Amino acid sequence: MKYDYDVLVIGAGPGGSTAARYAARNGLRVLMIEKRPDIGSPVRCGEGISKSWLPEVEIEPQKFWISNEVEGARIFSPDEKNNIKLSAAKAGNEVGYIIERDKFDKYLASLAAREGAEIWVKSPALSLIYENGRVTGAKVRRPEGTVEVYAKVIIGADGFESQVGRWAKINTLLNQRDIVSCIEYRMVGIDLNKDYTDFYLGSCAPGGYVWVFPKGADEANVGIGVALNKLKNPGEVKKYLDDFIERHPGLKKGKTIQLITGAVSTCSMPKTIVTDNVMLVGDAARLIDPITGGGVANACISGKLAGEAAAEAIRTGNTSREFFVDNYEKKVREKFERKNLRNWFAKEKLSELSDETLNKLVDAVSSVELSSISVKSLLDAVQKKYPDLVKEFEDLI
Amino acid sequence: MNVDTSKCNYCGACVGSCPANCMYLDETRIIIDENRCIKCGFCIRVCPMGAISAEWFK
Repeated sequence: MKYDYDVLVIGAGPGGSTAARYAARNGLRVLMIEKRPDIGSPVRCGEGISKSWLPEVEIEPQKFWISNEVEGARIFSPDEKNNIKLSAAKAGNEVGYIIERDKFDKYLASLAAREGAEIWVKSPALSLIYENGRVTGAKVRRPEGTVEVYAKVIIGADGFESQVGRWAKINTLLNQRDIVSCIEYRMVGIDLNKDYTDFYLGSCAPGGYVWVFPKGADEANVGIGVALNKLKNPGEVKKYLDDFIERHPGLKKGKTIQLITGAVSTCSMPKTIVTDNVMLVGDAARLIDPITGGGVANACISGKLAGEAAAEAIRTGNTSREFFVDNYEKKVREKFERKNLRNWFAKEKLSELSDETLNKLVDAVSSVELSSISVKSLLDAVQKKYPDLVKEFEDLI
Repeated sequence: MNVDTSKCNYCGACVGSCPANCMYLDETRIIIDENRCIKCGFCIRVCPMGAISAEWFK
């Protein structure tokens, strides 16, 4: 069987669904395929999102996918004697909701469907179809057999695995310092402060952090990410998390009702995220924030830009690499390149600091009332209490 | 290389980390093209469940 569409979106996560929604709204014939039978499941996410970006991609918060709303974030020093408290406003709205990702993803897919996009579930892409050196579609396995789907534009929204990028020869390979291995337990019956997302830094999670994202009064996602260059043995990241829980009686008494694993990229933006007829969005384009590891917002924003660029490309009949560089990649760069590069540097710096230095740093910053979180205000606070420490951060300014 | 299916959570951490493009996640099956494997060990170390092993990895 052969099918023909204007746009083929591969992957039905937040990036794919948003790309499909905006392409379909612009009148294109859109097919979005998802290899899993159940969009959004299994969840691979800490499920903490900020609020500020939702209007930009026209997502109206829905009660059924919000499990908790938090006031702010607390960043704990390795000795856990001090924490830096960030209110949502100070943190630039980097905190906000703890969501139900499976329901959230299905909601975004339903928005795409209502704009007219076709959706096939349980339909993995097996390979790309090339004609005269250009990607013109994909072979897709459907329950009834393998079919060929042809499209003028292919949007790779297949997440961290990013097969589409590899098949289309877009180089999104990662250095091992920019790969973070993650494991998370959804735990019930634990002690926690429901109003804050908690982050724990230092040797408990080398090159990453431990997070506790409250989903309810006694329920949270308790997870960890550790940088691959800090991991030597198989299954080591799980051991780090189990050790952390073991040291915290308030967590240890809880029970795990869900096990989530995955990996995130923490790199600066790749050299390119497009080629002829192809655009990558979200995690597939390595757009995750290098310091938080958050990818949902960037996926949706890049998805919108890709959906709109696809519409413009088909309207003008130009689906070349150059067109997508000018009409998609440049806009993504304007949004994310500077921030991701700055956060990449900050991540690299943080991952080198000793527990002792981090203890001092958190102590210094937590002891002053911060009017806003900026590099300068943080450095001023540190300068006051630990003048020697500032030298370590001079290259960050 | 061997994937222990009693440990594997099919999350794709190994697939996304592979610098040799030799892994594929087929819903509930990890497919490895051993001919293209460069024995870097990224997949073995990145796997949160410790599900991947190889004779050459120490």
